[in-house]
Amino acid sequence: MNLAEFFHMGGYAFYVWTAYALAVIVLALNIVVPLRRKSALLERLARSVKQSNKRP
Amino acid sequence: MWLFFHKLASPKHFYRIAGKLIPWLGGLTLILFLAGLYLGLIVAPPDYQQGESYRIMFVHVPSAWMSLFIYVFMAALSAIGLIWNIKLADVMASSSAALGAWFTFLALATGSLWGKPMWGAWWVWDARLTSELILLFLYLGYIALVSAIEDKRTAARAGGVLILVGVVNIPIIHYSVEWWNTLHQGPTVTRLDKPSIHLSMLLPLLIMALAFQLYYFTVVLMRARVEVLERERRSGWVQELFPDGSLERADVMHQQHSSPVDLP
Repeated sequence: MNLAEFFHMGGYAFYVWTAYALAVIVLALNIVVPLRRKSALLERLARSVKQSNKRP
Repeated sequence: MWLFFHKLASPKHFYRIAGKLIPWLGGLTLILFLAGLYLGLIVAPPDYQQGESYRIMFVHVPSAWMSLFIYVFMAALSAIGLIWNIKLADVMASSSAALGAWFTFLALATGSLWGKPMWGAWWVWDARLTSELILLFLYLGYIALVSAIEDKRTAARAGGVLILVGVVNIPIIHYSVEWWNTLHQGPTVTRLDKPSIHLSMLLPLLIMALAFQLYYFTVVLMRARVEVLERERRSGWVQELFPDGSLERADVMHQQHSSPVDLP
């Protein structure tokens, strides 16, 4: 099987690759969202601890 | 054993143990995905009826299975949260909802992309598709309900009741292809006698299903961990994660070397 044939998917290229692309986007998005939430939360917490340490 | 679960259910230990598990689960998920994609897209032969289009199955079927699994798992967690008042169960349930909704969306969207070339229609109102659409609305309803209630405890109770009532939909989805004369094909893997699918297609399907399963556990732990930290932000152990307000040790109290930027 050559590469062009592989991407052609026997004429179903649009359906097959759209389905896989959607899956990849959704799975990647769900990894990124909690990571960003986490780094935002960690920064916020660190800042609030710093502030409460300043005024004992 | 009981003691272990008790310890695990305490937010501090959950935060630590989940932090240790996530990189391993994530790595294993990635390996399974690569193996499943290789076997499914390259090794498996084309179907004698559907040609290459059947390869959509390797993302469609695991998504659909996960949409059901997560719902049942959430129902069990909600029951535990309602009966024994365990906060961690509420956290895990609410962290699962978005993932469940996304998997349901994926099952519907990839199913639509498979239906168009095979049935000639993007959508038909048959029992399987309609009941799966109702599942999506149940997830979205849960998310809306839980986020609308300020008090976390009340939100978890209300959401838990909604999820438990909606459980009736699960057997309807599963048996819809047998009870009604649907356009959707019948089960090929979970048949009791012998799966009517060749091993070269069954193997990548099962590997992908396992990859989706582990992906769910990886991401739900990531989400639950952030949620626990957020809820417990005023308690001593969280404050201790930030000695003199630096991020240095916050995420890595259990790891030898890691930078705060490169969080697992």
